[in-house]
Amino acid sequence: MEFEAVVGMEVHVEINSKSKVFCGCSADFHAGPNTNVCPVCLGMPGVLPVLNVDMVNKSVAVGLALNCAISRWSKLDRKNYFYPDMAKNYQISQYDLPLCQNGWIEIDLDGQTKRIGITRAHIEEDTARNTHTIAGNQSGVDFNRSGVALLEIVTEPDIRSAKEAFAYLTALKQLLQYLDVSDCNMEEGSLRAEANISVRPVGQEQFGTKTEVKNVASFSGVFKAIEFEIARHIKLINSGGKVVQETRGWDADRGITVPQRLKESAHDYRYFPEPDLVPIVVDEAWEQRIRESLPELPAARRSRMGTQYGLSAYDANVITLSQDTANYYERVVAVGADAKKAANWLMGELQALLSAAKQEITDCRVTPADLAALIGLIDSGAINGKMAKDIIAEMFETGKAPQDIVKEQGLSQITDTGAIEDIIRKVLADNPAQVGQFRSGKEQVFGFLVGQVMRATQGKANPALLNDLLRRELSRQEN
Amino acid sequence: MTTPLYKKTVREIRDAVRSGALTAVEVTEAHLARIADVDPKVDAFTQIWTDEALAQAAAVDAKVKQGIDPGPLAGVPVGVKELICTRTGKTTCASKILENFRSPYDATIIQKLDAAGAVFLGKVNMDEFAMGSSTERSTIKTTKNPWNLKCVPGGSSGGSAAAISADECAIALGSDTGGSIRQPAALCGCVGIKPTYGRVSRFGLVAFASSLDQIGPLTKNVEDAALSLNTLCGRDPRDATSADLPVPDFTKALTGDVKGLRIGLPKEYFTEALNAEMREKVEAAVDVFKSGGAEIVPVSLPHTDYAIATYYIICTAEASANLARFDGVRYGYRNPAAKTVEEMYVLSKSEAFGPEVRRRIMLGTYVLSSGYYDAYYLKAQKVRRLIKKDFDDAFEKCDFVMGPTSPIPTFEFGAKTENPLEMYLADIYTISVNLATLPGISIPCGLTASGLPAGLQLIGRPFGEETLLRAAHCYEQTSGTTLGDPPIA
Ligand SMILES: [Zn+2]
Repeated sequence: MEFEAVVGMEVHVEINSKSKVFCGCSADFHAGPNTNVCPVCLGMPGVLPVLNVDMVNKSVAVGLALNCAISRWSKLDRKNYFYPDMAKNYQISQYDLPLCQNGWIEIDLDGQTKRIGITRAHIEEDTARNTHTIAGNQSGVDFNRSGVALLEIVTEPDIRSAKEAFAYLTALKQLLQYLDVSDCNMEEGSLRAEANISVRPVGQEQFGTKTEVKNVASFSGVFKAIEFEIARHIKLINSGGKVVQETRGWDADRGITVPQRLKESAHDYRYFPEPDLVPIVVDEAWEQRIRESLPELPAARRSRMGTQYGLSAYDANVITLSQDTANYYERVVAVGADAKKAANWLMGELQALLSAAKQEITDCRVTPADLAALIGLIDSGAINGKMAKDIIAEMFETGKAPQDIVKEQGLSQITDTGAIEDIIRKVLADNPAQVGQFRSGKEQVFGFLVGQVMRATQGKANPALLNDLLRRELSRQEN
Repeated sequence: MTTPLYKKTVREIRDAVRSGALTAVEVTEAHLARIADVDPKVDAFTQIWTDEALAQAAAVDAKVKQGIDPGPLAGVPVGVKELICTRTGKTTCASKILENFRSPYDATIIQKLDAAGAVFLGKVNMDEFAMGSSTERSTIKTTKNPWNLKCVPGGSSGGSAAAISADECAIALGSDTGGSIRQPAALCGCVGIKPTYGRVSRFGLVAFASSLDQIGPLTKNVEDAALSLNTLCGRDPRDATSADLPVPDFTKALTGDVKGLRIGLPKEYFTEALNAEMREKVEAAVDVFKSGGAEIVPVSLPHTDYAIATYYIICTAEASANLARFDGVRYGYRNPAAKTVEEMYVLSKSEAFGPEVRRRIMLGTYVLSSGYYDAYYLKAQKVRRLIKKDFDDAFEKCDFVMGPTSPIPTFEFGAKTENPLEMYLADIYTISVNLATLPGISIPCGLTASGLPAGLQLIGRPFGEETLLRAAHCYEQTSGTTLGDPPIA
């Protein structure tokens, strides 16, 4: 029997509001344990939550970018369960009336696009973090994270493979970064993905039994966990077994999922409307204000830049993957660099240097103007491509302008015909055997001779000029 | 013979202190002496902050001396209910689970009163977590009714009412979720007002039922209530449910007449459930208003019978979540025998919550459970809207609604503790007001044959406190039914 997978994703995004969602504490959870806390986020007696408006603005922005309908009237609810990381033993969340509903996002699958439905996006608060010391047999709770603003984004069960899940997360992260609402750092938990996975025979309408996978710390982990679960389900069913509905954790070291003991063992959360908060009322004017403040989103930018700069779909895709890279690119072109060459240098040499140094483009010491200048030096024939590669490495290292590096290191290309001719004559005289081979028709020896001349000039000869002069000298000597 | 200092009203104290005729320290000392004298019998105070109070009073006097405005409540001695958070002393909610709890912050109203020059004498008793109508549910002590020491002071703000009645302070802060200010005020013969939901910040009030709770003052007379509200009311950015409305000078409403006011008498409040003597008192009060030129209109609140059931679903549901935080993790009682997280919860809560609190947490958990939510919680919310609509309809015909505060006068200790349902009936006339988020005031309207106070309740439109104060004040000035002093030494 052939099976197809049905996957839905739940992503928790920590929104980068300066303060927590229901109190004035800083949302910086990197600070020393329990330093960014107050009576409200500690759940002291008598405190009341007050909703952070910045969180509403950013959530509406995400909702609009995900093509959701923004609820004119939504409310917050209490989700009740006991756990030591819960300051109040209830979490303020949104139950039946989320802020954003019924949207979609387009994902890219090797050049094909697919639409994934977004069921809802709702506001909630993060919990504290428990840590356990084995030595002291003690548990500690750090409440810095308690009350940090979370947006939970839930998809329809539209995802059909691990690859599509990966593409969804990539597209979502890209969108969130364009909106500048989260740092989307999965390792630090500012983006947490859970997948609901089931399989069913191809053609069957009804869903199979699902399992939920949590505790995944990277996109590739999500990919592997989903692949693993799909295979596990199929194997179970084929061997006559049954999938048990449960929550499983991803064990990255062993590359398997394992059943997880749920911290909230009782599943009855006894949701009811949060009486300490008033409803969230986003009127048309408010929604419009946010809509107008939205930046150019990835899909729009991709298509505009493709047309405007004559980029291939692939190039446009890569360059717009991050807003910073796209901004960088547009600055290089703005100061006069050729669009295609700028794309090649950005995606090629510069990206390689950034990856090797594990740097972001925003930290890059090569300014867009300097990259444009480098491309200009090649275009004018002042340097050749090989020299340019050395120069950009130096620029990357030191932040110097390419003209200065050329000057300091005497790297100017040799364009003096007489000087190159002298070297050619010397190389031909030193390699009579190869000259003979060339004359007897071995064309590929020409490359060897070019290399010898280039080496003798320490790579500074203008390659086109060198080619011309070498051919001319070889035929002149023959005659 | 001059009036003893402890008998002075808020108005008298603050005028004398501001003018320099009396010092705040003198006033404070007089009240501390009064507490030392009568509180061993009444047991209203749970904590007495002698040093802090005298220091606060001295600071007020220093301001007066330097010509700095000492505030509109300069030198006025205040008793604070045990569930209002104060950095001074403990905030126990009269529960074992918080028996040693010290709040790291002051409630908004504590900050406001402090800024207004009030002096905090200490804290006063209540039913554990405000769940009760007799203050017998306190785990700290048993507060007595100054009118009869064998009887309860009402509740849950029983300590507040007894302290005012026994002249131990001039303002006592109470909180009212279903009648907890008005019912003890009625039983102890003082004035108690529950403002409109949202009038007074709840920040720092330990929550019992968030959609019903409201803080208010208990005082010796109506003018003092108005002066208290001037300081207590107003929008608080820390309470999202507090109303963004201007706060009037409530004393300006005290015109001394009721001419032209239309008073609605709901027929549902005058049934057999109402004790005959109480009925007589209320009817006599109606006559006073009539002769003052008010118009009496019969009105109906048809959903009155559903109020108790509705109330006990909503308040217990909210309480079950509000009290979940008392888990022994961050503060409060933790059972030392607990070996696991679950044991910590179960043992700590079972041991440190009293029986009424446990009963309500379980009730509330039940009505929110899946499968029961629609039948109980959701239905109760619908009935709550109907009860509110009853009042909206009544206010088409009248300016405020009037009736008894409590169906019965105070009762002896233990008379109703065995039967929670009977205790719940003590609040039949008050809980609708919380469900409908309206303001309500209770004022004394005479003594029964056995010398126990009766209370008259006035219920107003949302944010209609001024009308209530005006009418209550006029009654107080013209009825000639002053209770005199309770029979304690
Ligand atoms: Zn905080």
